[in-house]
Amino acid sequence: MANVTVQSEKEVSWLRQAWARIRKIHPVFPVFLIVFLAVGYLNPKFIEPNGILIFLRRAAPLGILAVGQLFVLAAGGFDLSVGSQVTFVVIGGALLINNDPEKLTYTLLVLYGIGILVGLINGLVVTFMKVPSFIATLGMLLALKGAGLYWTGGAPRGYLTDNFRQFGRGFLEPVPVVERFPIAVVVLIVVVAIAAYIFHFTIFGRQILAVGDNPVAAKLSGINVRRVRILTFIVSALCAITAGILEGGFGGVNIIAGDGLELQAISAAVLGGAVLLGGRGAVLAAAAGALTLEALFNFLNLIGQPEGVRDVVQGLIIIGAVAYAAINARRR
Amino acid sequence: MTALSLENIQKRLRTSRIPPVYLMLVAILVVSLVLDQIYGRGQMIDPTILTNILVRSVALGIVAIGQTFVMIAASIDLSVAYLISVTAVMSSFLMQGDPARVPMAVAVVFGIGALVGLVNGLIITKLKVNAFIATLGTGLILKGALNASFSNFTGAVPESFQTLGYGRWGPVPISIIVLFAIAIVAGFVLYRTKFGAHLYGIGGNEVVARLSGLRTDRVVIIAHIVCSMSAVMTGLFVVSRLRSGAPWIGPDGLYDLESIAAVVVGGTALSGGVGSVAGTLAGVVIFGILDTAFNQLGVDTFLKSVLRGAIIILAVASYTIRSRREAS
Amino acid sequence: MLLKKKLYLLLSVVVVLAFVLAACGGTEAPAVDEPAVEEPAAEEPAAEEPMEEEEPMEEEPAEEMVEPAENILAGENAAIAPEFFDQEALDQEVAWIDAVPEGPEDMVWEQYIDPEWVDTTEYAKDGPYTICFSNAGVNNPWRVVGFNTMEHQVALETDIGEWIHVDAEGSDEKQIADIEDLLASGNCDGMIISPNTTAALTPIVEQACEQLPVVVFDRGVFTDCPVSFVRPIGGYAFGHLGAEFIVDNLPDGGNVLAFRILPGVDVLENRWAAAKVVFENNPQITVIGVEFTEGDNARTKAIVEDHLDRFGQIDAIWMDAGATAVAAIEAFEDAGLDIPIMVGEDQQDFLKKWQDEGLTAVAPTFPTFQWRTAVIAMVNILQGEQVPAWWVLPQPPVTADNLDSLVNASMPPLHYAMCGCEGMPGFPEDWGGQ
Repeated sequence: MANVTVQSEKEVSWLRQAWARIRKIHPVFPVFLIVFLAVGYLNPKFIEPNGILIFLRRAAPLGILAVGQLFVLAAGGFDLSVGSQVTFVVIGGALLINNDPEKLTYTLLVLYGIGILVGLINGLVVTFMKVPSFIATLGMLLALKGAGLYWTGGAPRGYLTDNFRQFGRGFLEPVPVVERFPIAVVVLIVVVAIAAYIFHFTIFGRQILAVGDNPVAAKLSGINVRRVRILTFIVSALCAITAGILEGGFGGVNIIAGDGLELQAISAAVLGGAVLLGGRGAVLAAAAGALTLEALFNFLNLIGQPEGVRDVVQGLIIIGAVAYAAINARRR
Repeated sequence: MTALSLENIQKRLRTSRIPPVYLMLVAILVVSLVLDQIYGRGQMIDPTILTNILVRSVALGIVAIGQTFVMIAASIDLSVAYLISVTAVMSSFLMQGDPARVPMAVAVVFGIGALVGLVNGLIITKLKVNAFIATLGTGLILKGALNASFSNFTGAVPESFQTLGYGRWGPVPISIIVLFAIAIVAGFVLYRTKFGAHLYGIGGNEVVARLSGLRTDRVVIIAHIVCSMSAVMTGLFVVSRLRSGAPWIGPDGLYDLESIAAVVVGGTALSGGVGSVAGTLAGVVIFGILDTAFNQLGVDTFLKSVLRGAIIILAVASYTIRSRREAS
Repeated sequence: MLLKKKLYLLLSVVVVLAFVLAACGGTEAPAVDEPAVEEPAAEEPAAEEPMEEEEPMEEEPAEEMVEPAENILAGENAAIAPEFFDQEALDQEVAWIDAVPEGPEDMVWEQYIDPEWVDTTEYAKDGPYTICFSNAGVNNPWRVVGFNTMEHQVALETDIGEWIHVDAEGSDEKQIADIEDLLASGNCDGMIISPNTTAALTPIVEQACEQLPVVVFDRGVFTDCPVSFVRPIGGYAFGHLGAEFIVDNLPDGGNVLAFRILPGVDVLENRWAAAKVVFENNPQITVIGVEFTEGDNARTKAIVEDHLDRFGQIDAIWMDAGATAVAAIEAFEDAGLDIPIMVGEDQQDFLKKWQDEGLTAVAPTFPTFQWRTAVIAMVNILQGEQVPAWWVLPQPPVTADNLDSLVNASMPPLHYAMCGCEGMPGFPEDWGGQ
């Protein structure tokens, strides 16, 4: 804080850089467009406004998870526990709200409280106990899934009430042009907007990239590396809780709601250009990565491909995306 | 005798080559036995049950040894679970219960394993794709290929092949002998060959290793081939116990994440350069002890998962907490 | 440039690997890919029907985009491996649907159909017994309800001194090791096994049979060494019943969307096999999709949305398990459409929806009361009383007639109504009810 002008100059130049980065279109956007139009060609209903909204509603949880995951990845970590967090929200939410619509606020507060706690524990274990985040969040994945089921006795109890489910299932009505607008899409837009602001336009965002790029250098330049990393895990957890609320709203109570979402979220973020082991990433691109994956699944469903092909394509695409990025980086 | 002073013992422990995970192993075993005496039926001390702990650990143990190789080189392999499924399904499909077809089937699955390892290694070294993503990707490809072509248990392994899983040599299950044989060979390769030394070198500092003239890419690729081969061996062992293979046995056994967890609990650093086969074995056996102890104590299924997660974290934390480096 | 060449080379290696694997399976695996029930080029008459359901009252030009519904019974997901199709067993089970079970009238879990009695005097022992149970896992709500019911049955049995239960958490390897431990401990007077997968558990069950009386339930094993195999009528009856209901309620035919959880589980494969036969025999029914949900609600909902987009109309939904039935219904609600004819299962959330919305529906069951029966069978064996070698339990469906008696709003959403547990001490709290 000694030299304010330098600080703000830095900020301005960083802003400019960020803009430059956003304007230099990431390849995930054209890829998304191609897949999206391919689906639209096969199913014209898909690219009508309503079709797009239905698609976005379905993709919202993964998009939010990918954005949360981006924060952790950019700081050089992993968060494998998000899938379990989603499941935890769905079954824990049903137990907490217990068919009583009036408990909505209470339930949401408790869930977000648990989310912050989980993120905090992940962060503390990684920064203070120095357990690699892969292992720390893997342990959390096991523990949280078990804890959720232990809490409810193995099967979900209670129903999620309609006012809880509206976030994932409901529509805003009436809305001009499209008549009804899914609330989940509103949530997605808000989360992406807030995350993009934090990630690209605040000191914290810059610090995340610095920590991910080189933690030692970041520390030497006066960044509180531990605090930054803990905060990234908390951001990821908050996103996971939000995604869980949408997922539970969309699908209802289910004990496998979040299974495998962690790897999909990482794939999506990587597809959007996030680099494992940190230092690079963009929020919009991560969200676009999630939409691309989801559109791709849709495409494969439409051309009637069996289950297996879907996995093969997903595998090839994430390898291809990272290889492309790595080769590009080398060329520079 | 001063040799027995606490300080001396500490010093000896520190200088000895016994990985610290063995202390943890002994501690967990003793705690389990004591808890079993107090709250359980006190049968865990029974030799058959103790032997069974090892038998439980064989499948995970073999693949974890392979995983140790890639992790020492600072890589990782998430595709092993599906490779185990591919091996189990392909081998029982190719054998069709006919002993004469065993050598052919084994050769084919090892061929597949070598190919998968080669592809993993090439993607990681030549395309510079992060190992996590690369092997996640190849794992998905294997899964997809498998699900598109097999949906269930197909064929069977012949009776004679099941000796591998159920046979005994005197009182000792053959499976345990196999595990230890593989461990000894792996230990020899790691500690006594150039390849092993190169692995540690690359894991410690890849740039330095490359500058000192090492063909790092080739070493990493070979490590991945070794790891895939070990997954194939686990697949063969599993199918010998299950008689025939289904596509879901690899992922259902959680061999990917559990093998990584066992290796890390065994003292191998995720960042590479440090690790041992003996440590990995201890890590795997710890998982086996936990399984058995939970059963003997009648621990609630869901609580088991919570405890397992917590123990993995704490075990790893017990080494890392004193390190000066920031974790990744 | 060199770099690019390498990239292409490597990517093509990956692709080739993938396709070699797929091809190996595809061409060399007649055992899997050539379902016994269908011709390879299955363009059956039903498939050609363009199925234009252009009802004038319905929808705008968008209807043009709707794909003509094609019967996809020959499709990949519809295929049934031959080991899961046995015409004789199908006929037997269908016949059992209408059979009148023997046994105590008010205790359906002690009833049996066509018993072939086994003498068990050789196993007779004085109590109290130590009974061991190797459970495949409690990884879904059906198993949770069943296991709960089972533990309460154990509490009711005065002859059981000790109950040792181990849980394999859904892993074959673990279950084998668990059974080995139980056998080694020498504690067990008898063993109940609920196998994780049929084929994989067969060798170890054979070993257990050599040492003790064994009762197997739920999924079977490929050996008849267990003293008794407790099972409801079976998967064929389950699938047949639902499919017949759809055919009966769609006299003029229509589009059916079939949902399956996952391939390869015998009890589930049998359900689809039987339904498929029914649909094939009724060409007026067009199966527009056979999709795997893996039990995931969100996925189910998405599949319904996609099929509504593609085909415009779905007249009935058939499911091999009902956990995601309500999610499927919600997809119709969200789209503002009428709920079609539904085949669900006896989960409370579905039954409640059925009652609230007055659906045209049926719910075949795979009753959880079989978990009770397994304990009863084991105790009978140890007491030296005869038991049926195949203890075939009735499999009463939920229909419009008995729906009201089975709905219980105070129970959890995924509680299975056909649990035979209502009269047990501790009901409903111990099952999560209020």
